[in-house]
Amino acid sequence: MVLCYLTFFWLYLIYPQADSYIEQRAVQNFKVIDFDEFESTINNPSEKLRIFNFWATWCAPCIKEMPYFESVKSQDPDLELFFISMDDGRNPERVTNFISKRKIKAPVYLLDEVNFNKWIGKVDRDWSGAIPATLFIKPDGSRSFHEGEVSEEELKQLIKQQK
Amino acid sequence: MKKSILLSIGLLILMVFSIEIKAHGGGYQVGDKASDFNLKSVDGSMVSLSGLEGAKGAIVIFSCNTCPYVVAYQDRMIDLHNDYSSKGYPVIAINSNDEKISPGDSFKKMQERSKDKKFPFPYLYDQSQEVIKAYGGTKTPHVYLLHKEGGAYNVKYIGAIDNNYQDASAVTEKYVEDALDAVINGKKVAVESTKAIGCSIKWTKK
Repeated sequence: MVLCYLTFFWLYLIYPQADSYIEQRAVQNFKVIDFDEFESTINNPSEKLRIFNFWATWCAPCIKEMPYFESVKSQDPDLELFFISMDDGRNPERVTNFISKRKIKAPVYLLDEVNFNKWIGKVDRDWSGAIPATLFIKPDGSRSFHEGEVSEEELKQLIKQQK
Repeated sequence: MKKSILLSIGLLILMVFSIEIKAHGGGYQVGDKASDFNLKSVDGSMVSLSGLEGAKGAIVIFSCNTCPYVVAYQDRMIDLHNDYSSKGYPVIAINSNDEKISPGDSFKKMQERSKDKKFPFPYLYDQSQEVIKAYGGTKTPHVYLLHKEGGAYNVKYIGAIDNNYQDASAVTEKYVEDALDAVINGKKVAVESTKAIGCSIKWTKK
């Protein structure tokens, strides 16, 4: 009986810590930002080709292509990758849970800016607003944009075109 | 030699990409004449623009069952229809998603959604995706406000319903209502197009 209690007590001690450990790891990679913060992030100079992938936890084609982005990033040290979440800013835990469950390595920023018409055209003139969509920024600051899902091969081609 | 082969493969891929963009990136601009369609609605009837009795236009909304933005806007779509169909501008919702890619958007599921939400407007199935390609819709929800002028349905507004999908009470710009009110009063539409985040269309794979 005592052993039983002890086991429960031990579990009680361990589990919340395990949870918060996972959460903390997710949170380190995660930020809720507004469009000004997004703009200053993309305007930061970088020596690498930067990739900003617009996605959401409920978007099936987005989730399908995420591993391709993580894979090309892991194979190429000259890339920087950011996942820009279009999820509902009122429920950021949906995104943090997703990050820990899927073990997403790249930083994830939830762009909490619902007045879409104010900013979509500033990301790219031709973006209709459909996701997934991806913004590429070269070290010299020049941009290119791709609306729609990509296969791993298509992504590699798109990156090749930037170099 | 190897380089030139690689180059031609690259060019070929680029060509395929640009054809793809042309196929989906065309569509209507504000001021264009919209083509008619004849699509099956959830009640089994066929719906076309020319068949709309007493209509002065239509609020065509590319929609679906599965997109969270559509779900957030469903009640506002119902309100739009209830407020404007009596003035001659009914909502016509069209689902163009391929059910093989998105099973939740099948015709049967459309019927269920329409029944559950008591849609007062027709909800049409654009199975061949020809209508959305002609219009140039890229996502859901995507609104095309049409106004009848001399027998033609002309596009007066393209874009989002309003500027806050999360909270109808926090909306500060009612794009579609404002455009409708301008059209009804014979005025120029102030904001003719807007952009919003939406779910991409589930295009049929060739």
